[in-house]
Amino acid sequence: MTVLPINLAIFSVLLLLSGTVLGLLLSRSQRILIYINFFLAAVASLTAIIAGAVTVGNGVINRLVLPAGLPNLPFHLRLDPLSGFFLVVIGLLGLFVSIYSMGYVKGFLGRRSITPLVIFYCLFMAGMFMVVLADDAFFFLVSWEVMAASSYFLVMFEDERIENRRAAFLYLVIAHIGAIAILLSFGMLAGLAADFESFKGYTFDAMREAKFPQVWASVAFLLAFFGFAAKAGVVPLHVWLPEAHPVAPSNISALMSGVMLKTAIYGIIRVAFDLIHVFPWWWGAIVLILGLISAVMGVLYALMQHDLKRLLAYHSVENIGIILIGIGLAMIFTSFKLPVLAALALIAGLYHTLNHAMFKGLLFMGAGAVLHATKQRNMEEMGGLIHRMPWTAALFLVGCISISALPPFNGFVSEWLTFQAFLLSPALHSPLLNLLIPVGAALLALAAALAAACFVKAYGTTFLGHWRGHHNPSVKEVDWFMRLGMILTALTCLLLGVLPTIVIEWMDVLPEQLMGARLATSAGAFGWLWLTPVSHGRASYSGAIIFVWITAVILLAYIILHIRRTAIHRVPIWDCGFEKLNNRMQYTATSFSMPIRRIFGFLFNIKEDVSIKRPSSQGLTPILYRAGEEGDLHYRLRVRDYFWGWIYRPVADVSFRISRRFGRLQQGRIQVYLIYSFITIIVLLVFFR
Amino acid sequence: MMTHPIIIEILQIIVLLSAAPLFVGWVRALKCWFQGRTSASLFQPYRDIVKFFSKDVVLAENASWIFRFVPYLVFGTTVLAGGIIPILSVDLPLSATADVIALVALFALARFFTALAGMDIGTAFGGMGSSREMTIASLAEPAMLMAIFTVSLISQSTSLSQIVTVLGHGPLVLRPSLAFALLAFILIALSETGRVPVDNPATHLELTMIHEAMILEYSGRHLALMEWAGMMKLFLFATLGIASFFPWGIAATDNLAAIPAAFLFLIIKLGIIGLVIVMIETGLAKMRIFRVTEFLGSAFLFATLGMLSYFILE
Repeated sequence: MTVLPINLAIFSVLLLLSGTVLGLLLSRSQRILIYINFFLAAVASLTAIIAGAVTVGNGVINRLVLPAGLPNLPFHLRLDPLSGFFLVVIGLLGLFVSIYSMGYVKGFLGRRSITPLVIFYCLFMAGMFMVVLADDAFFFLVSWEVMAASSYFLVMFEDERIENRRAAFLYLVIAHIGAIAILLSFGMLAGLAADFESFKGYTFDAMREAKFPQVWASVAFLLAFFGFAAKAGVVPLHVWLPEAHPVAPSNISALMSGVMLKTAIYGIIRVAFDLIHVFPWWWGAIVLILGLISAVMGVLYALMQHDLKRLLAYHSVENIGIILIGIGLAMIFTSFKLPVLAALALIAGLYHTLNHAMFKGLLFMGAGAVLHATKQRNMEEMGGLIHRMPWTAALFLVGCISISALPPFNGFVSEWLTFQAFLLSPALHSPLLNLLIPVGAALLALAAALAAACFVKAYGTTFLGHWRGHHNPSVKEVDWFMRLGMILTALTCLLLGVLPTIVIEWMDVLPEQLMGARLATSAGAFGWLWLTPVSHGRASYSGAIIFVWITAVILLAYIILHIRRTAIHRVPIWDCGFEKLNNRMQYTATSFSMPIRRIFGFLFNIKEDVSIKRPSSQGLTPILYRAGEEGDLHYRLRVRDYFWGWIYRPVADVSFRISRRFGRLQQGRIQVYLIYSFITIIVLLVFFR
Repeated sequence: MMTHPIIIEILQIIVLLSAAPLFVGWVRALKCWFQGRTSASLFQPYRDIVKFFSKDVVLAENASWIFRFVPYLVFGTTVLAGGIIPILSVDLPLSATADVIALVALFALARFFTALAGMDIGTAFGGMGSSREMTIASLAEPAMLMAIFTVSLISQSTSLSQIVTVLGHGPLVLRPSLAFALLAFILIALSETGRVPVDNPATHLELTMIHEAMILEYSGRHLALMEWAGMMKLFLFATLGIASFFPWGIAATDNLAAIPAAFLFLIIKLGIIGLVIVMIETGLAKMRIFRVTEFLGSAFLFATLGMLSYFILE
């Protein structure tokens, strides 16, 4: 009997669900629970990777109907290459993060019970696998909610702090507003597919076969896009992201940022290319424009941060934007009947999905290691960690290079492909698009360059220089589980960067099934070393040669220069004769981003004030400071999102006001409630007799 | 016949390594003559490099491996870039390694690490240099890519060899988009190579340094590598400009006989470019750092106009 990939995938989900049960049983012996459960999660991830890789590699579609769920509404499962690809993305990071977690979660031992963390971790991963396997609207939404609810509890894990509870609540609200939009969209599609006669339309197969009227299809798509955009953190629906990701435990942040956001990308591709599959160009233009805004705004917000994990969370907004640029272009090209270009743009978007999962996972794991060792997230207080945490420093650097889109690592490959998609675009029959495409290329370039600046800042203030904090804690390198998780992720980043041809050949079946065009015939035509998206005369890139060449030149120069031994003198740093240099005089994250804050300041709500106070021992309220007097200098900077005041605050205020109105109905007396029931029955009898 | 491209490639890297200091010497000497000063010899940059190589290395106590690794990396990426840009001939084995987008990214890689090295020691100067350099780069890089995109749209390729072949050996057409792109490219090249009016390569005045502030702590062979790479970068931007906008004279075949002529053309063009740089540097004063935004903003605008005029007019 042969084992079908879909059976493997289901096995992986069951393994995770059994981990949940095991968590309940084993909660007495916490240390064993960590090893067993994360080992189970790692095995489940590996199984999912195999299932997904085989499906994509062979281009096969497996289906299965589970007699679960409601009567006459069974769960439909389907494993096609698109699901398979996302299984691999989720599985890869799931595997690495599970290994990392074996070390990381031990940090909580003795402080609090880790049982909920372990249980919801398994449930969360199972939810993500189920989302990509679902083949009907009902099962999809059930899985979507499992994923959202379990991640809510994970964000809430350290619930004694008020900011964690607030962040988790905000996340839950926005996740559910999104879920409602998705529900409405699926409801509309299902109704249109079965003419509102029966429930038969709820399977994705029925939707695939149905023909939708243009207007209703557009409404359904926009609703679905809104819902998925809320999950993915597209500007202006991004506000939950920088709140929820920093407060979650770092292994969870890695998973949420690295792969949970990707389920939304999966949803957009599934709805647009698979379920509706015929669409006008302006859908793509909307996706492209929102992608561009997210990319640029995300990185600018990130530059303003001095909390390491918040900075990374904003970068997720940026990278989701870059992925959406690829998908938006693919949609535009599809509607203009340019399948090869569409395939290129889709591959660019999907490759960035995979890359972002890897490098963002790596960066969050690195940030987790720093947090684990220093017990803080504020970069202004850090510095010089490269001497005390050499492994973490080197691995975090790999993540920084990858996310800054620098060769030969993986981030560059996908951005390069996106640029190629922009440049290959012919003049289209729409003046708006002819304007949008060059401007889009410029904005993408701006986002990439700003990202590099942001990561020089993040790396420079966290790992380089001297320790900036007032008191100097003892910082130790993290244990081998955490290191191993990060090493594997970093290696994947490098491999995806130097061997893109092989990966693209593997995933080439995706555009073939979605838009009927392949890339690999041209992508690897010049040889596996060179990535040539269209033809080798158009453009070519070889990460492997760049990597080998730079390594070779470095070695050669090093050897030549070290034939004659010259002494290296270690001396104190040159202080220009000032002699009172201290660690607080270094550049900080805030001072590093000051020029950019000044240039792009008009996009933010910035409050900056400087006050000088006399030492409090004098007991006087300070009013004025005269030159020459000793005093404490206080600098306060607050950078806020305009979107919060523009969109969220009014909506929140109105909904609170309405709730308070309705709250008056709640009198707390049984007689009043009996009257309500009575009136309801009368009304029902009158109208629906 | 397969050996010829490899010979040309090696020749080109030798030209890069040896001619870059001479080009810098030429610019410095010209500048002195323009300002009525006596100049040092044309070969002074060579003597500087040799001197740095022979000195001992003095490292700050706090310097990590990044600080020592960066000079080698910067040197390596710059040499690789020299193997990709068609300086003498388009038929290069390395030219398929990276197209022009990847080339810009290679320079970005070198800059990323130089900025990290600036922050490694933990002095205020290093951090200041890194911060300014990355700010300027984040404005210059998109403009640079836009200028290059315009060129590549015209030649239907982002591969530099292809650009040279199409522009240099195709029919001569006057294009408004190319003029905008050239204007933008000149502004950006001045900023990327750290010339007046954005940065001053000759200054060690504390508050005006940008590039120099980052490499202030280097000494001995590390400084030699950094300086040499800096000279090569100026040379490479000049040749990149030649390849994208004035490619006439670059050999189109792997025929070795065409190389001397190409070499002659290169010398003439570089001489003229040096003259242009010196005229700009003598005529303009260095800008305040926050005026650079406007300078690069206009470069970005020109580049975008160039691309728009391609999409709309051509």
